[in-house]
Amino acid sequence: MSTEKRLRVAVYKFTGCAGCQMEFLRLEDELLELTKKIEFVYFMMVQNRDELERYDICFVEGSVSTPRELEEIKMIRANTRTLVAFGDCAVTGCVPSIRNWLSQSEAEKVVYKDTSPIRSFKVGGIGEYVPVDLTLPGCPPHKNMILEAITASLLEIRPDLRMHSVCVECKLRENVCILTSLGKACMGPVTRAGCGAICPTYGRECEGCYGPMSDANPASLAAEFHKLGVSSQDLVRKFRKYAGTSKEFEEVSGR
Amino acid sequence: MSKKVEAEPEGEGKKAEVCYVARVEGQGGINVEVSKTGNVSAQFQVFEPIRFFEAFLMGRKYHEVHELTSRICGICPIAHQVTALRAVENALKVQVSAQTRALRRILALSGWIQSHTLSLYLLTAPDYLGFESAIEMAKEHMDVVKQALRLKKLGNDLGELVGGRAIHPISAVVGGFTRTPTKEDLAKMMVRLKKEKEEIWRAVDLFSSFNYPEINRRTKLVAISNDKEYAVNEGRLVSNNGLESPEEGYRKFVEEKEVSYSNTKKSFIDGEDFLTGPIARVNLNYQKLTRDAKKAAEQLNLSLPCYNPFMNIKARVVEVVYALDEIMRTIDALRLDFSEQPVKAETGTPCEGAALTEAPRGLLYHWYKLDSSGIVEKADIVTPTAHNSANIEASLQALAPELLKKGQDLKFGCEKLIRAYDPCISCSVHVTNLQE
Repeated sequence: MSTEKRLRVAVYKFTGCAGCQMEFLRLEDELLELTKKIEFVYFMMVQNRDELERYDICFVEGSVSTPRELEEIKMIRANTRTLVAFGDCAVTGCVPSIRNWLSQSEAEKVVYKDTSPIRSFKVGGIGEYVPVDLTLPGCPPHKNMILEAITASLLEIRPDLRMHSVCVECKLRENVCILTSLGKACMGPVTRAGCGAICPTYGRECEGCYGPMSDANPASLAAEFHKLGVSSQDLVRKFRKYAGTSKEFEEVSGR
Repeated sequence: MSKKVEAEPEGEGKKAEVCYVARVEGQGGINVEVSKTGNVSAQFQVFEPIRFFEAFLMGRKYHEVHELTSRICGICPIAHQVTALRAVENALKVQVSAQTRALRRILALSGWIQSHTLSLYLLTAPDYLGFESAIEMAKEHMDVVKQALRLKKLGNDLGELVGGRAIHPISAVVGGFTRTPTKEDLAKMMVRLKKEKEEIWRAVDLFSSFNYPEINRRTKLVAISNDKEYAVNEGRLVSNNGLESPEEGYRKFVEEKEVSYSNTKKSFIDGEDFLTGPIARVNLNYQKLTRDAKKAAEQLNLSLPCYNPFMNIKARVVEVVYALDEIMRTIDALRLDFSEQPVKAETGTPCEGAALTEAPRGLLYHWYKLDSSGIVEKADIVTPTAHNSANIEASLQALAPELLKKGQDLKFGCEKLIRAYDPCISCSVHVTNLQE
C-alpha cells in the first residue's frame, strides 16, 4: 500500500436490503485498485471494524425508520465531510415507503401478533433529518455512479451525475420507444437516468426505479397513461413505488 | 454502534456479547452466556429494522409482486423473484415454457455462484486466514482474492445477461422473460464458465485446508427435492426424518412460534428446530450432484450424513462446482426461441398460490392470496434465515461449552458459527422482532 493519505470511506446500512452495498461490491474489477486510493474505515458487511471515526465520504444505504437510526444519522453527519444518500431508500424511502400510506398500527398488525416491541416509524430518506451532500438514486444505483462519487471526492470536484430522463439513454441505445411505439405505460420520461435504460432495452417499460429526474412533469405523463387506459388506481400504484414520497410523484399519487 | 465484549471473571461463568456481527448481511447480534454450573443460554438477536413487506404488498397488483419482493434482499433478489413469480403463477394457473424454466434455473444458479462466492471469500475466509477483511487478505493472498472477484463477477454478469440486471433483475416477469439472451452472449459466457471450472479446484484445496470447529448435534435437515435434478427452483419439501410434502402443503408442517425471551418468531417442524441451506441440500440431494461436484465433496472430506453447520462452508464450495457444471449443461441443452413472449396471465377469480425454492441460504417460501382483479389480499413470506434462526441458537448452545473446554475464544467462535450459516438478516425481519 502506498504511504499517501487515502480517502477515508464509510458504508452504512440503515433500513434497506443491502443491494446498494452489493452494487458497491460489484466493482470487482476496480476494488483492489481502488483500495490504493481509498480506505474503508467502516463497512460492516465486509470487515470487522466497528468504530465511529471521521469520514471523508460516507455512503448511507437505507432509510431512517427507527429512533436508533435517527440518532445514528445525526452522529454520522457530525463526523462526515461528504454525506451520500446511497440509493432510493436513503433518498426517498423506496418501496418500503409504500407503507407510509397505511396506518402504522395496521402495518404492524399484519406482520406481528405482539406489536409492543416495535419501534418503527414512517419511512423517510436521510435528507429528511440531516443535510445531504450528494444523492445517488436507483434501486440499486449503478456502480459507475459510485465510482464517480469516489473519484470526485478524491479530486475534490463536483461529481458529474445525470439529471436528465431515461429517454436520453434510450435514444443513445437506439431503442424503439416503449411509450409512443408500443403503447406501454413507461415511466422513462419522468425518471432520472443512470441505469442505461435497461428496462426498455429488455423490451419492457421503465418502472421508475431511479426516482424523478430534475424538472419532471409527472402530471403530463399521467395524462398520457390515462389515454392508454391505465386506471386511476394503477396510476397511484405506478407513482407510489420507488419514490412515492418525492414531491414530484406525490403530485400524481397524492400525499 | 459500539461493540461490547464482556468477559466475567473466572469461575463466575462466561459471557460473549456481540452487538453487531461483522461480515454478515444485515444487522444482528449474539448473546451467549455459560453459567458456572454449565447452563448455556444463547440468543441470536436481530435489530434490523422491520420493513413490513407483507403489509404493503396488500393492494398491489400480481405482476408487481416479484418486483417488490426482490427488494427484500440485495444478495438473493433472484431467489425472491423466482419464488414470487412461481407462487403468483401457481395462483393464476400459468404454465411457463421449458425455455423459461431453463433460463430461471440459470438465473437462480448464477445467484448461488454470486452469493456463495461472497460468503466463502469475503465473509468467511478472513476468519480462517486471520484477517479483518478480504481487502486486507489481498495483501498476502492476492491470487485467492482475484479468483473470488472473478467468480463473483461471473455470477453477477450471468445474472445481468439473463435478468437484465444483477441486483434486482428486470426481465423476469409473470409468464416468462421480456427478452431472451442471444446465442452469442451465452457462448461468451461459456468460455468464462469453462475457465472458472478449471480453476475451481484451487478453491476446493483452499477450503479443505482450514480447521473447522465440530458441532455434533444431530439435527433435522430440510430442503426441497425432485426426481429430475438437484432441486433449485422446484421440488417437494423433504427432510432426513421422512417428511414429504408438496410445496402447497408447507404450512401444515412448518409452524412459527413466538419465544418469550426475545419476541422472535422462529420456525419449527414437529416442535423441533431444523437446518436448511447448503449442507442440508448436499445431504438430501447428494445423488443429483454432478460427478465433479461429488469429487469436490470427496476432496473436501465431506462425509455424509453431516449435521455440523460449519460444513455449510464446504457445501458452498461443492455447490459452486455444481452450479458451474449445471449452468453449462443447461446452456448446451437450450434451443433458444428468441421470439418467445411471456405467457399471459388471466385474472377473474379469487385464488391463492404457494412456492418453495432453494435460495442460496436455504428454503424460501412465498404464498399469496389474490382477489378477482389480481390484487394481493394477503402475503406470507418465510426466508431461509427465519427458518434457521432456532437452529442457529441451538448450535450456539452446543458450541459454547466446547469452546470453553478447549480454551478457545468464545466470542470469536460464536461469530464464526454465525458466519458459517451466512444469515441474511434483512430477509429475516419478516418474522423476527426488534431487539432495541
